[in-house]
Amino acid sequence: MHEMSLAQGVLQVIEDSARSNAFTRVKTVWLEIGELSGADVEAMRFCFDAVVKGTLAEGAQLEIVATEGQGRCLTCGQTVHIQLRYEPCPLCGCYPVEPTGGLEMKVKELEVE
Amino acid sequence: MCTTCGCGQGETKIDGEEHAHAYVHAHEHGSLLQGRPHAHTSRMVQVEQDILAKNNQYASANRSRFAEHGIFALNLVSSPGSGKTSLLTRTIERFKDKARIAVIEGDQQTSLDADRIRATGVSAVQINTGKGCHLDAHMVGHAMEKLALADDSLLLIENVGNLVCPAAFDLGEAHKVAILSVTEGEDKPLKYPDMFAAAEVMLLNKVDLLPYLSFNVPLCIEYARRVNPYIRVILTSAVSGEGMDEWREWIAAGMEQAAEQKANEVDTLKRRVAALEAELKNAWSEGRG
Repeated sequence: MHEMSLAQGVLQVIEDSARSNAFTRVKTVWLEIGELSGADVEAMRFCFDAVVKGTLAEGAQLEIVATEGQGRCLTCGQTVHIQLRYEPCPLCGCYPVEPTGGLEMKVKELEVE
Repeated sequence: MCTTCGCGQGETKIDGEEHAHAYVHAHEHGSLLQGRPHAHTSRMVQVEQDILAKNNQYASANRSRFAEHGIFALNLVSSPGSGKTSLLTRTIERFKDKARIAVIEGDQQTSLDADRIRATGVSAVQINTGKGCHLDAHMVGHAMEKLALADDSLLLIENVGNLVCPAAFDLGEAHKVAILSVTEGEDKPLKYPDMFAAAEVMLLNKVDLLPYLSFNVPLCIEYARRVNPYIRVILTSAVSGEGMDEWREWIAAGMEQAAEQKANEVDTLKRRVAALEAELKNAWSEGRG
């Protein structure tokens, strides 16, 4: 989707952190991207490399940790693994499953100099 | 491009003008490393921050402003050509007191939509996102500066026609309203689930065309509820007027609630001020005694 804006968001978080943690160069960036967040990991890598050119994160390695999509089936009440928002419950086959996890898009950690 | 505040990308324009910054940029542009001696000892920094943190900060500032003034703000999202602008002009016509409505229009180019809205007699601001595919909370904050928003009023924000990107960007609105027209195919909620998951209401629009189409209304509603079990569905037509009363009533109820919440907050503050004044008075008289 809007991975260019998301990559800019990542850079904003890094630059804010650079001010409060006094670093001038970023070597590695760890992101946590949920399976149900709607962000495309490959597009994210491409946009990140483009966005960080000429900044303190130029050339930084991007490590993406995917978190599993989770939902609660409103029919059988179980918490189940889902990869897409509209998938039926894998246990009882019913709809809808309310997403409860794997929605996040976070900058987790940075390796800096 | 300034990547620190997401601003000055040379693309976003509000009513055809690039907006001025109300604050001074504190950061340097360009590489922070150029020509500086630096040691190569790396360390880890825990961040744990949402990627959209900046947008969310602007959104909550907008939201506080809406709450303070009792403004009911709606973020209208859809694909291009769903009939959003026609629906908006018809909606505005149904409110007798037009002074209490303002519109923010988002499009990549042109001010055609804002012109159509202004023709109905309400104030409108056009945001042109340039290459951007969605409105963000920062742009909306700047657009609000151009609109004299009345207390207890309605703000309709027409997002860029796109069923994907606007889903992720909170503008500070009370609700997202997804508009889907019956000429589009009933499986849209499954194809673009994020948008329908984020919406409070789905307006199934252009229903006057149903006799000429093979669109399956119950199936479309079922798909929408698979993605969002709580979504409210209203069948509308800007041409025949079907569903417009229900839609207007839903808006009116939201406006009333926003105004009530503001009034309650003002009352709470007034009571707090009165209590503090009484305390101060007591302290004075005790001090004298």
